[in-house]
Amino acid sequence: MIRDTEALSSEEKDCLQESVNSKDILGIIETHNGKLGGLMAILGDIQTEYGYLPEQALRMAADETGCSLVDLYGVATFYHSFRLEPQGKHRVCICLGTACHVRGAATIVEEFERQLGIKVGQTTSDGEFTLETVNCLGACAIGPIVTVDGHYFSKVDITKVKSILEKVPDLKKVPAGLLQNEEAKAAVSG
Amino acid sequence: MEKLNFIEQFRTFRRNCLSQGDSVVPTIVVPAGTCGRASGANELIRVIEQELADKGLTEKIGLRVTGCHGFCEMEPYILIEPEQTFYPKVDPAEIPNIIEAVVRGDVLEDLLLKDSESGRIMQKQDDLPFFNKQVRTILSRNERIDPVSIESYISIGGYSAMVKVFENGDPKWVISEVKASGLRGRGGAGFLTGLKWKMLAEQPNGHGKFLVCNADEGDPGAYMDRSVLEGNPHSIIEGMIIGAYGTGVTEGILYVRNEYPLAIKHFNIALRQAREIGFLGEDILGTGFSFDISLVKGAGAFVCGEETALIRSIEGKMGEPRQRPPFPIQKGIYGKPTAINNVETWANIPVIIEGGAEAFAKIGTKNNHGTKIFSLVGKIKNTGLVEIPMGMTIKEIVYKIGGGPAGKSEIKAVQTGGPSGGCIPANKFDISIDYDSLTEVGSIMGSGGMIVMDKNTCMVDVAKYFMNFLKDESCGKCYTCRKGTQRMYEILDDISKGKGTSAHLRLLDELAHVVKDTTMCGLGQTASNPVLSTLRYFKDEYIEHIEKKRCPAGVCKELISYSINENCVGCRACVKACPEGAISGEKKQRHFIDTGKCIKCGACRNVCKFEAVDV
Repeated sequence: MIRDTEALSSEEKDCLQESVNSKDILGIIETHNGKLGGLMAILGDIQTEYGYLPEQALRMAADETGCSLVDLYGVATFYHSFRLEPQGKHRVCICLGTACHVRGAATIVEEFERQLGIKVGQTTSDGEFTLETVNCLGACAIGPIVTVDGHYFSKVDITKVKSILEKVPDLKKVPAGLLQNEEAKAAVSG
Repeated sequence: MEKLNFIEQFRTFRRNCLSQGDSVVPTIVVPAGTCGRASGANELIRVIEQELADKGLTEKIGLRVTGCHGFCEMEPYILIEPEQTFYPKVDPAEIPNIIEAVVRGDVLEDLLLKDSESGRIMQKQDDLPFFNKQVRTILSRNERIDPVSIESYISIGGYSAMVKVFENGDPKWVISEVKASGLRGRGGAGFLTGLKWKMLAEQPNGHGKFLVCNADEGDPGAYMDRSVLEGNPHSIIEGMIIGAYGTGVTEGILYVRNEYPLAIKHFNIALRQAREIGFLGEDILGTGFSFDISLVKGAGAFVCGEETALIRSIEGKMGEPRQRPPFPIQKGIYGKPTAINNVETWANIPVIIEGGAEAFAKIGTKNNHGTKIFSLVGKIKNTGLVEIPMGMTIKEIVYKIGGGPAGKSEIKAVQTGGPSGGCIPANKFDISIDYDSLTEVGSIMGSGGMIVMDKNTCMVDVAKYFMNFLKDESCGKCYTCRKGTQRMYEILDDISKGKGTSAHLRLLDELAHVVKDTTMCGLGQTASNPVLSTLRYFKDEYIEHIEKKRCPAGVCKELISYSINENCVGCRACVKACPEGAISGEKKQRHFIDTGKCIKCGACRNVCKFEAVDV
């Protein structure tokens, strides 16, 4: 249940007006609450839904799970993959694993920062791109690796940065490459 | 899928799987783990499917999409069974020709790999030095199965070890086999798995116990766990069922990194199949034994690979380690006895049970039995996953399997064990790869990352990289780790910028020892290793940075400048590559770099074929 809204300030009520579908969130909480790793799964699924963790969703999760909001905030800020700010339309993520590093990942980060005019962790003012880094994507043999909206680009060097960004608008049209074969097969075998 | 209620039904089911498996020959095998897909395996699969359908060959030629086989450098590649013909880096346009050749029973020699020295054509996978020097007990199963099909796993002998355990009926036998095999934890610490299980089995079972598979493969540069989870998820499930039977556990957990979407997908499919067929759940195969596994996703915290932090994370808390004892084996998840083993350890369990402890113990050296998978990456010619018997030398891995340096630059070190490990210089490459020898030279086995570094890798920069990583990943509970890693990073940053003094070196050394001695968990106690090992073997590079304000490897930007030498033929490749337009010069005339505009990105040096760019 949502906390008694009467007790909230007008600013807080405004927050509640964010485009969060309480039914969806309650569904997510119900699915995972009380199970092992439940809290992580709740936050993970909320983020998959909204791209970040909206305040209202966190408040609902606190109420439903019985965790204090402080504990929840602690978890949300402890782990790198949780985000408290809305993200850009496209997510550019550069792998900074050791193998990518020795092959020059740091210069690729700098080039993306230059091309997009933002620093790592920021979103462009038009809301198109969010630039992030990750510790390791586990595709070390073909690094440096950059992913855009889950599409992998391998053996990236500084000269390829511009063309990767140019390709981004078309990426969504490509059938989501990563998992298509498994989906099809699981449907058949399952 | 029909549920199997008795062991006898499993046998019938297995016979059916075997007879189906042989129906289509020849078969085209496409490795499509995350790395394969990133290299274009999806497109290959699409073209092969289309071509087989168009030519009406779907009944005559099989197609198997598998997980990663290990030779990621050559991806996307295909393998033609039964001959094991190996076509590297396949262009989708060649697929029709390859399929025609398969129909004719022919081989397209132009597309095969050639030995760089002798020029000899290497047709079969086993002709390749990369493969034939390995002992691929775990990885070879990846290429034989379709990871999203339980039938496929069963057809190569999967779940037979589980049935063998059920038929034996004595949990103590399981533990004695694993103990006798001498298997040590593949997560890095090298604790005897059988001993851990014995301790778990002896714990009181009033309120339940847990078995955990640690798939939080946080070491940057290591990806063997991802490969096994993606390519053979059922082997982990089978291993865990066997472990649960031996230790009397009913609940299992796979704790997996969020950065591995394909591994999570495949494991979830495998879990569903195992439940449907009755290998997980209540009264498995009519034995009265019950066990199930749930999947918990991490959210990007390196410290969660530490077992007490991992336990807190599973409980839905911040992943901060706690003091031991009590050890997880006594008090783990929600205070219940918990044993945590790494993915590769679990993958070895069915092998040990099926082949026998004695056979397993024959591989490797004294106290270091079996094989270990390494991710051989960085400045090396053949990058990929290699599985070797313990006791092989670093030299053999780097030069025989790895084929030596990727470029012209000489190899100077390998880094093992991730941020907790250290750098091993080339003059120590004769040491044998086992838990004890690696610790002796100041590194650790770790989970199996092996990053090769050449003369163009700056060791100060490597230490700085790891310290930057560790200061971000330190959970902050122990002051000396939280602040110590930060200060070490700042000192290394100063040195890399030419602001270092010899007093800095002494302070760095002292700080490294303090952090090592005064922190609580494994992350903190090993956090100094990158600094200590580079100081031990590459002190001259530090001194060069401090005294001569020079970076010999040409990496630290503040200490280098780029220029073009007389080797330049005026090909304009660097002019086109430069993102800043800092290079000028006419065709066929020596070019020049405007150092005011140059951002030192190295793009010119990368494209130059004539070694004309100096640093």
